[in-house]
Amino acid sequence: MSRPLLEVDHLVMNYKTEKGDVSAVEDVTFTLHSGESLGLVGESGCGKTSIAMSLLRLVAENAVFKSGEIRLEGTNLLALSEEEMRQRRWNDISMVFQGAMNAWNPVYRVGDQIREAMDLHFRPRLSTAESNDRIDRLFNLVGLNPAMADRYPHEFSGGMRQRAIIAMALSCDPKLIIADEPTTALDVIVQDQILQELKKIQAELGMSIIYISHDIAVIAEVTDTIGVMYAGKLVEIGPTSEVFARPRHPYTFLLLSSTPSVTGPRRKLAPLEGEPPNLLDPPPACRFHPRCPWATDRCRTEEPKAEDIGGGHLVACWNWQEVPEIGAMIK
Amino acid sequence: MSQPLVKVDQLTKLFPVSRGMFRKPIDFIHAVDGISFEIAPGESLGLVGESGCGKSTTGRMLVRLADATSGQILLGDADGSDDLVDVAHIDGSDMGKFRRRVQMIFQDPYESMNPRRTVFETIAEPLSVQNIGTLQEREERVSAMLKLVGLSPPETFLFRYPHELSGGQRQRVAIARALVLDPSFVVADEPTSMLDVSIRISIMDLMLKLADEFNVSYLYITHDLAVARYMCDRIAVMYLGKIVEIGDTEEILGNPLHPYTRALLSAVPVPDPSFKKPDVQILGGITKAINPPARCRFIERCPFSQAICEVEDHPPLEDKGGDHYVACHLVEKTA
Amino acid sequence: MTDLIERPELPEGTADEVAQKAARGASLWRIRWTLFRRSARSNWKLFRANRVGLAGLVIIAIWGLAAILPTIFFATGYWTNTVYNPVTGLERNPPTITVTLVAEKTDPLREIDLRDMLLDQRIPDDLQIGETFDRPLQPAPPSLRHWLGTDPLGRDITSQLMHGARAAFGLGAIAATVTVVIATIVGSISAYFGGALDSLFMRLADLLIMIPALAVLIVLGAIIRFELWHLALVIGLLGGFGGTAIVLKSQALAVKVKPFIDAARVAGGGHAHIIFSHLVPNVMPLSFLYMMFTVTAAIQSEATLSFLGLLNVKTSWGLMINLANTEGYLLQGGTYWWLVFPAGLAVTLLAAAFFLVGRAMDEVINPRLRRR
Repeated sequence: MSRPLLEVDHLVMNYKTEKGDVSAVEDVTFTLHSGESLGLVGESGCGKTSIAMSLLRLVAENAVFKSGEIRLEGTNLLALSEEEMRQRRWNDISMVFQGAMNAWNPVYRVGDQIREAMDLHFRPRLSTAESNDRIDRLFNLVGLNPAMADRYPHEFSGGMRQRAIIAMALSCDPKLIIADEPTTALDVIVQDQILQELKKIQAELGMSIIYISHDIAVIAEVTDTIGVMYAGKLVEIGPTSEVFARPRHPYTFLLLSSTPSVTGPRRKLAPLEGEPPNLLDPPPACRFHPRCPWATDRCRTEEPKAEDIGGGHLVACWNWQEVPEIGAMIK
Repeated sequence: MSQPLVKVDQLTKLFPVSRGMFRKPIDFIHAVDGISFEIAPGESLGLVGESGCGKSTTGRMLVRLADATSGQILLGDADGSDDLVDVAHIDGSDMGKFRRRVQMIFQDPYESMNPRRTVFETIAEPLSVQNIGTLQEREERVSAMLKLVGLSPPETFLFRYPHELSGGQRQRVAIARALVLDPSFVVADEPTSMLDVSIRISIMDLMLKLADEFNVSYLYITHDLAVARYMCDRIAVMYLGKIVEIGDTEEILGNPLHPYTRALLSAVPVPDPSFKKPDVQILGGITKAINPPARCRFIERCPFSQAICEVEDHPPLEDKGGDHYVACHLVEKTA
Repeated sequence: MTDLIERPELPEGTADEVAQKAARGASLWRIRWTLFRRSARSNWKLFRANRVGLAGLVIIAIWGLAAILPTIFFATGYWTNTVYNPVTGLERNPPTITVTLVAEKTDPLREIDLRDMLLDQRIPDDLQIGETFDRPLQPAPPSLRHWLGTDPLGRDITSQLMHGARAAFGLGAIAATVTVVIATIVGSISAYFGGALDSLFMRLADLLIMIPALAVLIVLGAIIRFELWHLALVIGLLGGFGGTAIVLKSQALAVKVKPFIDAARVAGGGHAHIIFSHLVPNVMPLSFLYMMFTVTAAIQSEATLSFLGLLNVKTSWGLMINLANTEGYLLQGGTYWWLVFPAGLAVTLLAAAFFLVGRAMDEVINPRLRRR
């Protein structure tokens, strides 16, 4: 495992609004190696979608990158011109968007829309035969009948449209795919099928995936590494099995303790009090301290630094040792 | 055994699809097709299924937002004493009384409140529309409800507008409004699916606590089996307008008998990476129940179907013991 | 879900103010008033940010002032009724101008020809070509006494302009109110009940759109003696049952499918309650918007009709131009500009002002149009 594929290095991003600056991404650092799958989990406003959009530089007009770098195979994406970035989009990184089912233009055939993506990025351009061949292979890969490529989006069901979006994301052989809530709007059986499909594709193509979801159970199923985000900060990151078995950040612990499940004990023990903070004016130092049962004075004054607690598991909390084993009662 | 609070009998809802000559409907979607179930006082029943299964339509029929095509909805008393009354086709002043006994909590916390009305006006609406109490009394009652749902001190919330509340707070207001008339039965249509994960539990706990305190029964509609397990004593699994399995929650989730329930359960993601999920055994994709033939509704997707499933009518719910009913020809009765 | 910009704000300050009022046992109406002021303040801030809308508002304010000024001027004696009354005033001492009788008139101001001799009885019959004659200058160009001059009948233009503003506002207000009340109710009822009632209203609206309103007004004006408020009513009815109803109906439809309507029904609300307590208040912002556009249309229709002489009104901007036309001063190029331009500009300005205000209001009502 040589140089990592993606390095996000102390990224800071704000949105400028009438009411002030919204601190959306605050000092986030993580790396991703080739073939690895990373999950970013958090609630609304935690910054996970902002990070996803930053990786593709598809952020809103009022977004400002204050500091930090995003390095794809060593190149800082934030320093590139728009043209250079455009070349990297879809060729190197592509995305499956949230609500992707509605990303299809209803008046064009699905195959034509995928062909459009390929025409924009392949140099030299593929011939019609080559692109048709490619589309057939992509459809097979995602479990769709290649004949459907000549149909219109409204002739696809929700799950099929999602698969087609994945096909489009794969169309230019990217090294990294970002899947932002790829199955949120789907029924649970279809969701399972899509997730299994994605795992299979990832294994077959040796691709890296970043999954973004608010559903921690989905992340548990499909990722090797998990990063937990809260109010714009990455509070915990590590191997998925490790973080689930021994969550060390209070937020992760409480999140896991407040997620209902069809297995294990029926009624959970630790609801999270309060609401996520307003990012126009976030709490000082540790952003979680107003809701944290283990908060001390230090948490209110000193920003916790990411601490390596072994095995690739990092936590940003002063009191991580106070966090009990999962399943225990809290006071 | 006292009487149930709610008893639904062969409830059916058909939607016309295409119309022939003279605009007479030919095809019908069988959104809800002859379902029957009971809810005891103080009990919560979860209605679970994927989109298009008919659970939302069922909920809407139970609060009379939609009219049943056929079947009965029988409503009893909270202490199970009075006779059951069929409310499926009442109107007029009876409807007013009905509305005081059956209420609803909606899915979207923001859209279920009029954006131009304050919290007070929203919660007081059932009272003012039914002409209950003076203005002063209503204000007192609304303040009491706000305290009950955890929005304290009430004065700071009474005159806020929906856009000045967070998602969790809005849903608490929705709960307050549903309970302000002191109903005995509340239909909750996915009340937590649009809320942040960390807030869902506190809302569900609130609903459970209030159910205990005020002896309210819930019909809890959701697509999320994990949520249904948390909230509900009993669970009913719907597929294409039919109930395929119903019974005690832990019994059904621990020992699912219907192939659809098994598939659903296997598909639910589990927040435990070490958990090995069984394979989801199901065929094909989504189907719609348009003019369905009489045979088992699940046959096209069932990996285990046999000749009997094609020939016989859709199986009725059969008692398998231990509060567990399944509608499947191929399931043996447990010894 | 992760739209950071749209997070709800919790204005602790003003909410507490209201809470205190409530705690002190203030009546519901007092609280409603406080809440109204609060939302009015925030809406005004949004409106203020739009320069074009502000410009429109300023223009309306100026004309509003102009409508009030005559009363002040008459009351303080600055204007005497005999001279400055827009209908019956007459400049007793008009300036005179020396005109020369010529065969072919080239300078309409300083020359007269035989035709003028026939028409104007003040010119002595025995005037010879080449001879001069002093005649009253009427219409007179602007002077200190008459800021915008006088019209062919010797009446003060400024006074007419200011009085015309009253007619314009009055007409606009009545027409707009009638339109909006009808259109809102029709739209809401159509949306709510659907079916035959909806078809009836919508086909009626289609009919009214097809008919060219101005032509109808002209025909009607020729048959009936149109008073100003008749006109307002007719414009109101045509608009209310017409296009505006369709627009407001689609807004009502968008509101009708929202869950809070279901919630109101589950709470026990009947048809009337849902229509008037829920549908109409949520359609009203759009209604107000269309009020502005109606005023624009009303002012323009009035100007057109009185220009064509079909309106039985004592003084209005259209009438001013009408007089200029019938007395033959309209096509004289720029010579008698004070007869035409002030009135024309007034119509344009006021109509446009209402339109601009409407557009600015659109930004207030529709959050998506706002700049961040």
